Amino acid sequence: MHDFQYVTPDTLKEAMKLLASHGHGAQLLAGGTDLIVKMRVRRSRPELVVDAKHIPELNVLKHNAEGLTIGAAVSCRRIYLDERIAAQYPALVDCTTLVGGIQIQGRATIGGNLCNAAPSADTIPALIALGAVAHLRGPKGKRKLAVEEFCLGPGKTALRKGEMLVHLKIPKPARNAGAFFLRFIPRNEMDIAVVNAAAAVELDARGKKFVSARIAIGAAAPTPLYVEEAGALLAGEPVSENLIAEAARIAALAVRPITDMRGTIEQRRDLAGVLTARALRGAIRRAKEGKK
Amino acid sequence: MSSKKRVAATVNGEGVEFLCEPRQSLLEVLREKLSMTGTKEGCNDGNCGACSVIVDGTLVNSCCMLGVEIDGCDVQTVEGLAKKGRLHPLQKTFLEETGMQCGFCTPGFLMSSKALLDAHPKPSEHQIRHWLSGNLCRCTGYDKIVRAVQKAVRLLEAEK
Repeated sequence: MHDFQYVTPDTLKEAMKLLASHGHGAQLLAGGTDLIVKMRVRRSRPELVVDAKHIPELNVLKHNAEGLTIGAAVSCRRIYLDERIAAQYPALVDCTTLVGGIQIQGRATIGGNLCNAAPSADTIPALIALGAVAHLRGPKGKRKLAVEEFCLGPGKTALRKGEMLVHLKIPKPARNAGAFFLRFIPRNEMDIAVVNAAAAVELDARGKKFVSARIAIGAAAPTPLYVEEAGALLAGEPVSENLIAEAARIAALAVRPITDMRGTIEQRRDLAGVLTARALRGAIRRAKEGKK
Repeated sequence: MSSKKRVAATVNGEGVEFLCEPRQSLLEVLREKLSMTGTKEGCNDGNCGACSVIVDGTLVNSCCMLGVEIDGCDVQTVEGLAKKGRLHPLQKTFLEETGMQCGFCTPGFLMSSKALLDAHPKPSEHQIRHWLSGNLCRCTGYDKIVRAVQKAVRLLEAEK
């Protein structure tokens, strides 16, 4: 690994100052499961590594009336062991329990998964479906960005020079809401998604009609994709298999996949439709069960 | 060259202090600074689990952590499993069930199994396989390892 300086700021202010003074030469370290591996193969060569794990704001995991706040340095394991998350945001458990094995989950963070901006990132589709908002802090102050606007391309984010992700806010799900995430891989565990998908739905009080729906697909475009039109189609309509199939068809048309070692364009397009339908069915089931 | 950092931690119950460069992984520190070569380097990129250790109760790949990150932490490695020359029940059952052939992945499997039993003293077979999914073994086909963990669960239960 190349030579670098390592610092452990205890405050957000101190971390901001370090990032601002080093610009692109500084890199925030959360779980390290991407950064350390990238540094080892020289794909990332920061002169300064700023450890995020001692900054209180980045370690927050908090429920309140508006919803859930997840600090950028909170590990996947902390997320899925949280009983209220398991009860109210099971789609977050779906995805955080699929990231790597137990070893990776103990270190890897949702914030890091988002900032790493891999098209196949397993936690981003669920964040998009759940309407998560990224709260950023930079030399020019604070700003907010919907998660679907955060990734700009493989490994590229909307973060500006000296700017960092502080936390993610996920709105409290409505009473008759449910969300679900799944991915397709050729083995049972420990693989990168061929395609993944998440859906979040809100049903009416009788569970017969969609009030709203949000669908997101991963590994099928340069960034995790929010398929707004597939969700919009469902809003106000009765829950039916025909409509689910129509949303799946739209999702399959919306994706822009590539052919690589994990799958072909045709397979990925087909999977985008299949997984959208399965994610919707899972989300509807949870909404009806009163499990979010 | 960036200055070395002083790190103080507890490893297998004993206080240690060392100087290390920020670029050295926890795996390198364990093997090269602390001369604890039980923890193995397999893939060195977080896929194989051969370097698994437990840091503050959490199972991690030591290749994906910096040595400087363990300052103030409690680390458990395979060297800490046996107590006073007596093998840990997991070590005993891995031997009895032949949960290894070449043995290279074994320290990692032992630490993952230890972390599993710390969190779930009576795991189901599914739980065992799920917890060991981050460890690769090219020799055993895994079934013998799973049987070894199941046997260790019974041994630990009988010891109570």
